[in-house]
Amino acid sequence: MNPVNYLYLSALLFTIGAAGVLIRRNAIVVFMCVELMLNACNLAFVTFSRLHGNLDGQIIAFFTMVVAAAEVVVGLAIIVSIYRTRHSASVDDANLMKL
Amino acid sequence: METLIGLLVAAPLLGAGILLTGGRRLDRTGHLIGTLLALVSFAFAVVLFADMLGKDTAQRTLTSHLWTWVPVEGFQAQVGFQLDQLSMTFVLLITGVGSLIHIYSIGYMAHDERRRRFFGYLNLFLAAMLLLVLADNYFLLYAGWEGVGLASYLLIGFWQHKPSAATAAKKAFIVNRVGDIGLSIGIMLMFTTFGSFAFADVFPKVAQASGTQHATVTGIGFMLLLAACGKSAQVPLQSWLGDAMEGPTPVSALIHAATMVTAGVYLITRSSAIFNAAPDAQTAVVTVGAVTLLFGAIVGCAKDDIKKALAGSTMSQIGYMIMAAGLGPIGYVFAIMHLVTHGFFKAGLFLGAGSVMHGMNDEVDMRRYGALRSYMPITFVTFGLGYLAIIGFPGLSGFFSKDKIIEAAFAKGGGEGWILGSAALLGAAITAFYMTRVMIMTFFGEKRWQPDAEGHEPHPHESPATMTVPMIVLAFGSVFAGGLFSINSAFVKWLEPVTGHSEGNSPVSTATVTAGTMVVLVVGVALAWAMYGRRPVPAVAPRGSLLTRAARRDLLQDDFNHVVLVRGGEHLTRSLVYLDHSLVDGVVNGTAASVGGLSGRLRRVQNGYVRSYAVSMLGGTALVVAATLLMRAV
Repeated sequence: MNPVNYLYLSALLFTIGAAGVLIRRNAIVVFMCVELMLNACNLAFVTFSRLHGNLDGQIIAFFTMVVAAAEVVVGLAIIVSIYRTRHSASVDDANLMKL
Repeated sequence: METLIGLLVAAPLLGAGILLTGGRRLDRTGHLIGTLLALVSFAFAVVLFADMLGKDTAQRTLTSHLWTWVPVEGFQAQVGFQLDQLSMTFVLLITGVGSLIHIYSIGYMAHDERRRRFFGYLNLFLAAMLLLVLADNYFLLYAGWEGVGLASYLLIGFWQHKPSAATAAKKAFIVNRVGDIGLSIGIMLMFTTFGSFAFADVFPKVAQASGTQHATVTGIGFMLLLAACGKSAQVPLQSWLGDAMEGPTPVSALIHAATMVTAGVYLITRSSAIFNAAPDAQTAVVTVGAVTLLFGAIVGCAKDDIKKALAGSTMSQIGYMIMAAGLGPIGYVFAIMHLVTHGFFKAGLFLGAGSVMHGMNDEVDMRRYGALRSYMPITFVTFGLGYLAIIGFPGLSGFFSKDKIIEAAFAKGGGEGWILGSAALLGAAITAFYMTRVMIMTFFGEKRWQPDAEGHEPHPHESPATMTVPMIVLAFGSVFAGGLFSINSAFVKWLEPVTGHSEGNSPVSTATVTAGTMVVLVVGVALAWAMYGRRPVPAVAPRGSLLTRAARRDLLQDDFNHVVLVRGGEHLTRSLVYLDHSLVDGVVNGTAASVGGLSGRLRRVQNGYVRSYAVSMLGGTALVVAATLLMRAV
């Protein structure tokens, strides 16, 4: 199978993720979309690793996973604490950071 | 002998230094130190004069180079002195009359607790004035010129606790400043055109100037005239002299009669080479002189303040000198001759006025004098001799010097000569009128004495010997100086090597001029007698005609200055302030406001919605990626 197809898939996933981040209001869903974008990137990295015949891309994919895991921990904690104080998980309700 | 020239200036300068820094310790002796050093300076002057008389005419000029003041490549300012016949005349007048006035001030200022300081200023004035007339270049002359201005400021405002004196001092200083600017511009022009400001370098080059240089010489002439107008109180810079009478009377005698105001005449005579080469500037000089001699005389007629009447007279007499100096080689010698005789009789008149004030509780209004001749016999006689000298009574000093000027004015030739000559004759008539008026109102008629503000009745008495002796000496000068100078044309021969002299072709003979001056003299005196001697003088000034009222206000000179200069200046500053507020501040504030407005719009972007930030991030990333790809493709 032509490895370039994986790249198309990766782009598709990334686009879905980006659209989700921009469109959805629920913080959890937005968060999942971010994960989707990260994983789309991982797929692209692995594909390029395969195409070029070296392991750099795979190594970076592991890094990405580590960062994503850490981010999930922090992000979910924030979302939970926001939900506790504001009784809402909508990202549009948390709009106090403005002039 | 050359060293003596430096010492001549150093002596009064030393006195000023000692007296102004010595502090209270010198309060008891200060006036004696000051007077002694003035007399020392006079003694040096006499020694130098005797030495000069002993030499041949060609070798009379002494020069003495002391040091280089500003040693810059291409700009060498020297401290050097040049003593020739012209400087010598001035040096004798300054130190001689100056010493007499020092002596007079011992008596006049006896009760003033700041007497030491007064003598310090007087010495400072002498030093500056000597520097002015002895300098061998314009740069050093300028230093003396400014020094004289400073000393005059300090002395006019000596009684600074009186607001009027403080204001008068400031007025004199500021008006003089205008003239000083003329002098400094003239010197700068001189330097850029001829590359030097030493008399010895500039004058030969002026004579050879042609084309644009010639135009510059005319410009220099005008600038020097402006300077002379400031220092010598000539129209249009005359307004300070009347107010300067706020100073103590010896100051009025020294500065505003005998010496400082003659600095302008000195400057023009010294720069004769420049004026001879610039006929247009000369015309301006004679015009200024002729206008001022009538202006001052008319003002003198209307003043009831004895010192201000004399101030008007000073202005008028200096006008004669300036006019004579503007006539060129036919007039220079007579300008200086009149200057010297005027120095004697005007100083004498002022000292007499001071003596009268001294006896009358410092009253200056002549309408409150009267019948003083028997109470102050010495003052009366010396003042009277000064009076006869100034109106040109035959045989006295003023007769010889003023007649010569009138004759020279006619000798200018053409219509100009007739106009100038008639102006000078008319001036002589008015002089006779106002001086007779002063004389009658002060010494003759009824007693019109009034108690002063504190209710003290005046008890007129003769002044102490320190005051009367200088007056007597000056009276001798008033009587004999002119005659001595005229024996065998001694004064003309003395000054001719420096200023040059030519006998003009007068369309009117000497005898006619003399007869003319006699006629106008008699008319002036008779008119004054008819108005003030024949009937009693009212104690309160009558309203008077339009001209009288204008003359009382110094012919509206202050009003003119106020309307044209003060108001004009106010309008100028107001419009500049408006411009500053609208244009400069407008640009500055406008920039700030537009930046503020723009950022106000821009901050709406910070709406707090995470998703919109995400959009901008995505857009930015897309933009960067697109740009990168585009660069690749290219």
